[in-house]
Amino acid sequence: MNRTADEITARNPDAAASGGARADDDSVLTVENLEVRFDTEEGELSAVDDVSFAMRRGRILAIVGESGCGKSVTSYAILRLIQKPGRITGGTITFRPRGRPPVAITDLAENAEALRRLRGGDISMIFQEPMTALSPVHTVGNQIVEAILLHQDVSQADARARTVEMLGKVGIPAPERRIDQYPFEMSGGMRQRVVIAMALVCNPEILIADEPTTALDVTIQAQVMGLMKSLQRDLDTSVLLITHDLGVVAQLADDVCVMYLGRIVEQGTVRQVIHTPRHPYTIALLKSLPSLALKKARLPSIAGSVPALSARPPGCPFHPRCPHARHGVCDVGNPPPSEHLGAGHYAACLRVEEVARSEGRMPDVECRMPNAGTAKDNS
Amino acid sequence: MTRFIIWRLALMIPTLLLISIISFVVIQLPPGDIVTSTLDELLADGMEASEEQIAALRAMYHLDAPMPVRYLRWLGGMLRGDFGYSVQHQQPVSELIGERIALTVVVALSSLLLTWALALPTGILTAVKQYSPLDYAATVLAMLGMAVPNFMLALLVMWGAFTWFGVSIGGLFSPAYVDAPWSVARVLDLLKHLWVPMVVLGVGGTAGMVRIMRANLLDELRKPYVTTARAKGMRYWRVVLKYPVRIAVNPFISGIGVVLPMLFSGDAIVGVVLGLPTTGPLLLDALMNQDMYLAGSFIMILSALSVLGVLISDVALAMLDPRIRYD
Ligand SMILES: Nc1ncnc2c1ncn2[C@@H]1O[C@H](COP(=O)(O)OP(=O)(O)O)[C@@H](O)[C@H]1O
Ligand code: SF4
Ligand SMILES: [Mg+2]
Repeated sequence: MNRTADEITARNPDAAASGGARADDDSVLTVENLEVRFDTEEGELSAVDDVSFAMRRGRILAIVGESGCGKSVTSYAILRLIQKPGRITGGTITFRPRGRPPVAITDLAENAEALRRLRGGDISMIFQEPMTALSPVHTVGNQIVEAILLHQDVSQADARARTVEMLGKVGIPAPERRIDQYPFEMSGGMRQRVVIAMALVCNPEILIADEPTTALDVTIQAQVMGLMKSLQRDLDTSVLLITHDLGVVAQLADDVCVMYLGRIVEQGTVRQVIHTPRHPYTIALLKSLPSLALKKARLPSIAGSVPALSARPPGCPFHPRCPHARHGVCDVGNPPPSEHLGAGHYAACLRVEEVARSEGRMPDVECRMPNAGTAKDNS
Repeated sequence: MTRFIIWRLALMIPTLLLISIISFVVIQLPPGDIVTSTLDELLADGMEASEEQIAALRAMYHLDAPMPVRYLRWLGGMLRGDFGYSVQHQQPVSELIGERIALTVVVALSSLLLTWALALPTGILTAVKQYSPLDYAATVLAMLGMAVPNFMLALLVMWGAFTWFGVSIGGLFSPAYVDAPWSVARVLDLLKHLWVPMVVLGVGGTAGMVRIMRANLLDELRKPYVTTARAKGMRYWRVVLKYPVRIAVNPFISGIGVVLPMLFSGDAIVGVVLGLPTTGPLLLDALMNQDMYLAGSFIMILSALSVLGVLISDVALAMLDPRIRYD
């Protein structure tokens, strides 16, 4: 399948009209047919294969999927942070800033000044590990001030004042004192707030957050997520939220892409994907959510485990684990193409109709996030 | 930071006392004492000493006092700069070793600087350009460097200098300056000779240091804070130099602490081969001839310098890494 996002919208005018995760005029970032490969001892493996999506301006797009399905690789690719032995082998990534011409990120040279300005300036990133994402031997202030000075023509003193202000905004108490502390003097939650402050301090148009709360305690997870949501609203940032937790998606996101083995298997708005899931993998993910499992008094998890990239099954990559798989249909040929189901809802399953008939409507996903907008944890 | 330094200085005192006890025990270890060895020498020269002379000698050296008293005397003497008397050289130890220790420190520091100057950039380049031709070339050279013992390298350099430049380059001074008083000309002469031990010792230490730096930096380059810094929009080399190198450089700093002891012990052989008027050969000689005051004082002074080296490296490490100074 080699359609561009524009062709998709052209052929499906309703996609543009009703949002979802495919490109339209309001997109701030479009990814088309992205492919990332890793050179390994087992040969060249595609970690990301034919991935296309668009981020709507000012919205939160979630990429969800089990560990190892290529979420991080996809997000790193956007800032061209893939390192050897990996590289982007195909597709285009286009950034469409407000009031400036679009930037084809995939066309930029590795050391291009434009790429450097993009990183941390227009698009910034938060990583999973707050414990190791900051240099242990520099103060948090040093690291945030540096981010400002890289992108803005301000004095050291102004940058410092701005840093204190930002630290306060992310809910760090006594920011004028904390600014001179080292990361090891802070708790995990505080460090992640520092990382968030550093990512947002240059007012980026896009924030990429790669499992920003996975490494944190549950209560702190909720606080940090709430903080991100409120900052996103205040600053009108577009967010790409990487997570493996559909509960978080239901709570925070506007649009969703569900990934499996490096491919997007379903995408659409949260309403579409969470409330009327069409791909068996999405359905399986939803069924394994703790809130649903409890209601049914059993704990279904998805049968089997994610195969290694080197053992990618032929046909539909999900077929060995899919309860709807049909021999001779699902296990042969190329991976199923992404089919438009209407209103910007896509699924890559050969048996969508049959699946819909047999699964019926999913029960509502419970929103299990406490209201934690500006709550603070202590270190 | 100030508290850290004061604390470390305070810790030096018991360490040095312990070393002084060990050194003193070393001095006392061989059978006999300075008087019996003097008598032996007199006998060997066909002379004899009377009972009174012997008693006078024993009294002069306080040899009949109990051990702790003699230890305290020795310790007190050292604090005043009196390190005892070398039987073999018939000279006060302090006169014998003062210049040698200074020269040893000069040789050690200059070869350490050379090691840094070579190993730091090479280590960084080989890590950043892992598996490049440059990395492979440096790896082969480093293996060679580690396989060739330093004294071999010393012989090779001397042989090379002799065959190609027709100069004999043993020692740290030209014959005319060996016993000359210090002057500008003597310093220049020293610099002319210094490069040989500096190259031999510095290059010898470089191979290991490059490997350590490369391995450390490769570890650090994979850490998430490097990606964070790149995602901020820093230029790659600025990221490398500001963050991972800063952390990977620790073994270089610790190197300050070990370079002196290394030079005093392991590299004594190099000193002998190169005919250096440093401490290694003299210490070796003193130990072989049971010149125990010389050996003991030597050990004491060198240990004290090593402890000082470790202190300097610890303070430097603490300045580089806040996690250490906040412990
Ligand atoms: N440095 C690497 N070398 C080889 N393969 C890699 C590397 N990084 C990631 N991959 C491959 O890419 C796949 C996707 O990884 P990732 O994007 O980190 O998954 P996740 O969805 O958990 O974030 C993994 O299954 C892994 O096989
Ligand atoms: S294509 Fe077949 S195997 Fe794949 S998800 Fe659909 S039904 Fe399951
Ligand atoms: Mg990941």
